[in-house]
Amino acid sequence: MPVITYDKQPYACEDGETVLQCLTRHGVAIPSSCESGVCQTCLMRGVQGRPPAAAQQGLKDTLQAQHYFMACVCEPGEDMEVVLAGADVTHLLEAEVMAKSALNDDILRILLKPAQPFDYKAGQFINLYRPDGVVRSYSLASVPRQDECLELHVRVLPGGNMSTWVRDEMHPGDTVAIEGPVGDCFYVPGRPEQPILLVGTGTGLAPLWGVLRDALAQGHRGQIHLFHGSYSTAGLYLVDELRALEEAHDNFIYTPCADEPGDDMNAGVTCERADLAALAALPDLKSWRIYLCGHPDMVDVMKKKAFLAGASLSDIYTDPFVYSMTSS
Amino acid sequence: MTQSLYDKIGGEAAVNAAVDIFYRKVLADDRINGFFEGVDMEKQAAKQKAFLTFAFGGPNNYTGKDMREGHAHLVERGLNDSHVDAVIEDLGATLKELNVPDELIAEVAAIAESVRDDVLGR
Repeated sequence: MPVITYDKQPYACEDGETVLQCLTRHGVAIPSSCESGVCQTCLMRGVQGRPPAAAQQGLKDTLQAQHYFMACVCEPGEDMEVVLAGADVTHLLEAEVMAKSALNDDILRILLKPAQPFDYKAGQFINLYRPDGVVRSYSLASVPRQDECLELHVRVLPGGNMSTWVRDEMHPGDTVAIEGPVGDCFYVPGRPEQPILLVGTGTGLAPLWGVLRDALAQGHRGQIHLFHGSYSTAGLYLVDELRALEEAHDNFIYTPCADEPGDDMNAGVTCERADLAALAALPDLKSWRIYLCGHPDMVDVMKKKAFLAGASLSDIYTDPFVYSMTSS
Repeated sequence: MTQSLYDKIGGEAAVNAAVDIFYRKVLADDRINGFFEGVDMEKQAAKQKAFLTFAFGGPNNYTGKDMREGHAHLVERGLNDSHVDAVIEDLGATLKELNVPDELIAEVAAIAESVRDDVLGR
């Protein structure tokens, strides 16, 4: 009889019983609705122990990779520790600041080396803690097994509580606390011929820089289009690195976009919002895999437009950045 | 043994094939897409999958109470018969696109029709 651990309490699961039935029988209230493994109301995640494949059927591949499952159809084959979806169980760990440099006028590249092995996927994010407890989320631009350090792109916002601290007071050699990784916007191997569209605004490039290099390193053969947008050419960054990557890989196409034409308008910068430029260039997105990162309005609108342009919802991965402007 | 409606339509594979097409039609339908503004698309697609499974006569545990509670906030916003008509029409067009025979579409429409009063809180 497998034992299900939930909220630190062990519950014995009877033969033929689902995780939902077991927990409910023991008086634990788990939200549920269809009880047929369809509506995902009872979505949970296995922290220890693997859920059976049948309990993951129909879930997005990034959720399956993180051991999410539907409790109503999960007859556990082994002991499991489970949490409700959204209840992220992560551990604080220390990391050393290895380097800090400018990517452009207002974006910093931070390299961190965790004190313990840190298992993550390119494109996920971490929470960065300031010593006084202020915390912000930053996407991981680094690729495991390829980059030694965790890489963050921090946009310094005027009056930004965390970002001005990063700029002024966080120095190489310092130790900071981080937790994670979190998020389901990452590359999942398989379907190497599928065309991929990456659309990001501002530091939305950070997770895409990770996803892009991860996909190429894992041998993705289908076309990969990146549309990176900013308010002006001055807001773009990693332009030379991306152009070099474009030279090196036949299947990678980079389109930098700027909302406003700048005085220093580089040749090859499209003067249009990145999402609109992507839709104009690629009106039919049927069978495409799509990653959308950055401004939440862009991400929400583009997600709907990409779906209406034929992309399957299960092929759309998003990371909307929510900026906190509180000064507390 | 006679085949169930769910099996005749093609079971879970048919639901999976139908859900994106159906949701796309709903979002493109100006009569009803206002009700779907700002919702989490993944959660909505999962609900639509549950609805399609139910309408195709598949395994489900949906009750009239679920339907009432799930739509009460929309009834407050003006959800009425014309919107239910639009959904059933989009459902029919989805199945037609998937080459489901007319008599089966009629059966699906009848199942969807059976929850109209619950959905509208009557």
